[in-house]
Amino acid sequence: MAQTDATPFIDLRNITKRYAGVTALDGVDFEVSAGEAVCLAGENGSGKSTLIKIISGVEKPTEGTINIDGYDIPQNSPRIAAARGVMVIFQDFSLFPNLPVYENIAYPTQMNARRRFFDRAAARTLAGDVLARIGVEIDLNERVENLPVAQKQLVAICRALASNAQLIIMDEPTTALTEKEVQRLLGIIRRLKDDGVAVIFVSHKLAEVLEVSEKVVVLRNGQKVAEGPATNFDTKSLTLHMTGRDVPEAKPAAVVQGAPTLMSVNSLGKSGVFSDISFELKAGEILGVTGLLGSGRTSLAKALFGLVRADEGAVSVDGQQIPLGDPIAASQARIGYVPEDRLTEGLFLTQSIMRNVAIGRLDEHARGSFLDMKGLYAEASDWIARLKVKAPDIQAPVQSLSGGNQQRVALARWLSRAPRVLILNGPSVGVDVGSKADIHDIIRELAGEGIGVIVISDDLPELLSTCNRILVMREGRVTDEIDGAAATEADLAHRLAS
Amino acid sequence: MNFLDRLPKDFWTRNETLVAAVIVAFCIVATISDPLFFTVTTVSDLLRASIVIGILAIGAMLVLVSGGIDVSFTAIAVFAMYAATKISLALWPEMPWPMIFIVAMLVGAGLGAINGIFIAFFKLPTLIVTLGTLSVFRGFLLTFVGSQRISALPPEMRDFSRGVLARGTTEAGNFYSIPWSVLALVGVIVLTWFILQKTMLGRSIYAIGGNPESARRIGINVPWTQFFIYVYVGALAGLAGIIHGSVGRMADPFSLVGLELSVIAAVVLGGARLVGGYGTITGTLLGVALIVIVQNSLIVVGIPTTWQSVTIGLLILLGTGVPAYRAKRAAARAG
Repeated sequence: MAQTDATPFIDLRNITKRYAGVTALDGVDFEVSAGEAVCLAGENGSGKSTLIKIISGVEKPTEGTINIDGYDIPQNSPRIAAARGVMVIFQDFSLFPNLPVYENIAYPTQMNARRRFFDRAAARTLAGDVLARIGVEIDLNERVENLPVAQKQLVAICRALASNAQLIIMDEPTTALTEKEVQRLLGIIRRLKDDGVAVIFVSHKLAEVLEVSEKVVVLRNGQKVAEGPATNFDTKSLTLHMTGRDVPEAKPAAVVQGAPTLMSVNSLGKSGVFSDISFELKAGEILGVTGLLGSGRTSLAKALFGLVRADEGAVSVDGQQIPLGDPIAASQARIGYVPEDRLTEGLFLTQSIMRNVAIGRLDEHARGSFLDMKGLYAEASDWIARLKVKAPDIQAPVQSLSGGNQQRVALARWLSRAPRVLILNGPSVGVDVGSKADIHDIIRELAGEGIGVIVISDDLPELLSTCNRILVMREGRVTDEIDGAAATEADLAHRLAS
Repeated sequence: MNFLDRLPKDFWTRNETLVAAVIVAFCIVATISDPLFFTVTTVSDLLRASIVIGILAIGAMLVLVSGGIDVSFTAIAVFAMYAATKISLALWPEMPWPMIFIVAMLVGAGLGAINGIFIAFFKLPTLIVTLGTLSVFRGFLLTFVGSQRISALPPEMRDFSRGVLARGTTEAGNFYSIPWSVLALVGVIVLTWFILQKTMLGRSIYAIGGNPESARRIGINVPWTQFFIYVYVGALAGLAGIIHGSVGRMADPFSLVGLELSVIAAVVLGGARLVGGYGTITGTLLGVALIVIVQNSLIVVGIPTTWQSVTIGLLILLGTGVPAYRAKRAAARAG
C-alpha cells in the first residue's frame, strides 16, 4: 500500500522487536511520506513507543529493514536518525529549564555542526528565524522554566526545526493544552506540512489531531491492526481497534430521588489556588470535577481530604463540620482519597498486596497493643477478591502488578474502611482501556451502594460514563456545572478549554 | 537603553544581588563601628584569605552546575599538596615552583579522574562516591605518603610565597601586600569563565545539570563531560592545595580537610542549586567573599567569633531558604 507517486520519507518493513522473550513488535510495516501527518494509536504496551524508538534509533529492531529518505539504514542510531532529520518531541519536551530559549533552540544545531565554541550571536539569529518561521513570538532570553507549557512545546518544535527536521514525532502533544492552544498547534502543524515536514502523533487521545492528519495506524499487542485515511476513524472506532473489543459506553444510574445530602462544601478557598468552591454531594451520587492542568482540580481534591489546607470555607459530612487541613479527621469522618499518582502517593510499592490493603484497617484489628493478623488478613483478602485484583499471589509486591490492578489495590484499601465519601483523583491514569472500563463499573457499583463518589479527571469520556454531574474548573473557580446525562464530549471539551 | 533596562529581569531576586547587598551592608556597619575596617589592609587580608577557598569554590560550583556534589576536593587538595612537596624534596629539591605546581595539579587531576570513573562510567551517585574517596584519599595519604608536617619546604615554594604584586604601608602605618597567588585565582576565574560561557563543553555542563536525560537525548556525551568535570576540579583542588602549602610555608597533611562544607556553603550562597543547572562565577565569588568576611571580620562589628558558624548557617538558611520557599509557593499555586 505504499504510495506510488513518491518514495515515503520513512519506510519500515517487517519490523520485529523482542525483549528477552517478549515480542514488543511483530512484523510491522510503517511508512510516512513528506508533508504527511500520521496518527499512531495504541494502548500502553501496544508497541507504539517501541516503534518510535526504532524510528529514532534509540532501539535496534530484531528483524526488519529501515529506510529513511531513500537510504537504507542498517544500523540506526539517534545520531544517524537525527542527521536524516528525524526529531522526537517527548511528552516532557526534553528541554533545559535552566537555559534561555535561544540556547535551547540552537544548542543541538551547533553541537551537530561539531563546533567547539558556542556562538551566541548565531544561536540568537537562528532561534529568531525559526520562531518567525512558525509565526510565534517568545522572548529569546527567557529561561524555559518560566514559560507556560504551551510555549515550552513550541520551543521544542522550534528546536527540532532548527536542526532541520524532516519528520517530527510528537508524543502526547495535546495533553496539557487548552483548546485555543491546540488550535494554534494545529495551525503550526499545517504550516509545517506545507513546508514538506512530516509529523507523527503518538497518543491515546487522538480526536483532536485527527483533523490535520492524513493517516491513522493502530497498534495492538505489537501488531498493526488497522491502517487507513484519518477520515475513516473516530474516537469510537479508534477505541475499538485499540482494545480489540467493543467497550460499551455505559451511563451512570440516576441518583435516587430524595437521597440525603452526604457532603457539603461551602465557599472553600485557598488563596492563589482556588476560591469560592461550593457544592453538595448526595448519597449515591457521582460528581465529576474537571479542568486543565493548573486549574486547581488536584488542589481542591487534596483540600477536601485535608492534604492541602484551605484558607476559608467549610467542609461537612452528614452535617458534621470537618476541620480543614487535617487528613486524619477527614478519614475519621469516613472520607476516602485515592491519589492521582498512586506510585508515589498511594501505595507502598515494595510491600505486599495484602499489606497495602490491610494498612488502612490496623486500628480496627488492634487487640490491645498487638494486631489480630488473622482477622486483618482475612478481611484484606476478601476485598482483593471482591475487586478482582489479578495477582498470582497476594503476598507479591504491589509493584509487580499492572496499572489497573494497582489501582484496584488502592481502591480496596479505602473500601475496606467503608467510606461514606470517596474521592478518586484520576482513577484511570496509566490504566489500559480494558481495566478502565472495569474500574468505571466498580465506581458505578459503589454509588449504587449509597457511597458519594467524587471523580477528579481530565479524561472526558471517563467523566461522561461515570458522573451524574460535572463541575468544570478554570483558574481556581468552578465555571460550569453540567448534567452528566445530557453532556457531550465536544461540549465538555469546549467548556474546559475555551 | 539605559543601564537599568539592561539588567536581567530577575536581577532583584537573584542570590548574587542578595549576597552583594549583605556584603555591602556588613561593610557599612563594620566601617561605622570601626573606621579602620574599610582600608587597603583589610581588603588585602581578605583577598589573601579568599584565594584558596575561591579556587576550591569555583571547582565545587562546576560540580554543582553539572548536577553533582563533590565533598572530596579538600582531600584531593591536601593529597596533591603533600605528594608534590614530597616528590620535589625526594627527587629534585630545587625544582622550580611552576613545575611543583604542575605536579600538584597532575596529582589532583589523577585523583579527580578516580571520582570521574566512578561517577561517569559506573554511574554511582556523586555524593556517595566523593564521601568514599574523601576518606580513602585522606587515609591513603596519611598511611602511605606520610603524616609528618613538613616545614622545610622546597626553596622554590618559599620563593613563590614571598612574591608579591604590590606591597606597601598605608598612611596610618598598616602593612599590606598582594601576593602572586592572586594571579592563580584570576587565572582560574578567566579559564573557568571561558569554558563555561564560550565553549560547547561548558554549555553542555549546564545542559546536563538542567536535565541529564534531555542532554543524553540530544546527543551530548554525558559520561565524558562528567569525567572532564571531575578531572578539571581535581586539578583545581591540586592547585589550591599547593598554594595553601606554599603560602602557609608548611606541608601539613592534616590541613584543609573539614573545609569542604564551608566551600560548598559559599557556592550555594552564591546561587548555585543543589539540583544542578544553576551557578555563576560571580555568585560563587560573592559567596566566597561573604564567607571570608564572616570568618575574619565578624569580630569588628562586635559579634564574638564563636558566632561565626551560627552566622554562616543563618545566611545559608536565609539565602537558599527564601528562594526555595518562594518556588514552593509558586508550585503550590500551579498545582
